[in-house]
Amino acid sequence: MSTSFGSRRLVVGAHYGLFDWLAQRVTSLLMALFTLAVIVQVLMPGALDYYKWSAIFSHQWMKVLTFVTIVSLLYHVWVGMRDIWMDYVKPMMIRLALDIFTLAWLVGCAGWAIQVIWRL
Amino acid sequence: MVTSLKEQPLKRQPVYRNIHITQLTSYRLPPAGWVSILHRISGAAMFLLLPFAIWMFDTSLTSEISYDEFRSVFAAGAIGLPGWFWKLVAFALIWAYLLHFCAGLRHLWMDATHAVDQRFGHISALVAIGLSSVVALALGAKLFL
Repeated sequence: MSTSFGSRRLVVGAHYGLFDWLAQRVTSLLMALFTLAVIVQVLMPGALDYYKWSAIFSHQWMKVLTFVTIVSLLYHVWVGMRDIWMDYVKPMMIRLALDIFTLAWLVGCAGWAIQVIWRL
Repeated sequence: MVTSLKEQPLKRQPVYRNIHITQLTSYRLPPAGWVSILHRISGAAMFLLLPFAIWMFDTSLTSEISYDEFRSVFAAGAIGLPGWFWKLVAFALIWAYLLHFCAGLRHLWMDATHAVDQRFGHISALVAIGLSSVVALALGAKLFL
């Protein structure tokens, strides 16, 4: 097929090596959207105390957006850290150990953060 | 007569290598190079500070009691370290976030528009460093003063 290679290949396919690149960019936009949503609500009139701060995250849409951000962060950071290990760490076993550490660290942090939003 | 590959005189080929770690102090990096390496350093720093960020998210949100606990860490300190140290960690996190944010937007702009000439790379790099540093210092002043 003429569209399965080069600059016109199908973005939503599998195993082109393009997915992680695209995912890192899409997740960055989602996290930027979350950042904007938090900043706008923090800058709303009224002193920033516990009640205003916790009210921001009490809306269901904000919880969903925060959840999307946490999952985005997980994937974005995984791609980024994996790139760093691939650039600087050459021995296979050390790189594998660092990859496993990265995954465990990220999944642990994501679980903690998700627990926080739906406990509120 | 056939000579083996080993016996042929070696032709001098230009050798291109990455700079060695000892050259880091003498190598003058252009602004785009600084943004590139700072993007990476700030990302790695935020990865390591992720538990601290989520601890802040947790204690500031969970209850009024935990909110007071959150505030006291930055005033009275925690685990043997003074409040200003934790403010410094928070400041590092803020600066890393802003730098990474601006450098990331620069990347997205370049990806979307193919604006990859030297002039744009230079100016956008200076804007990314300048803007993120100004906002970080303003937030830092609010944090410390």
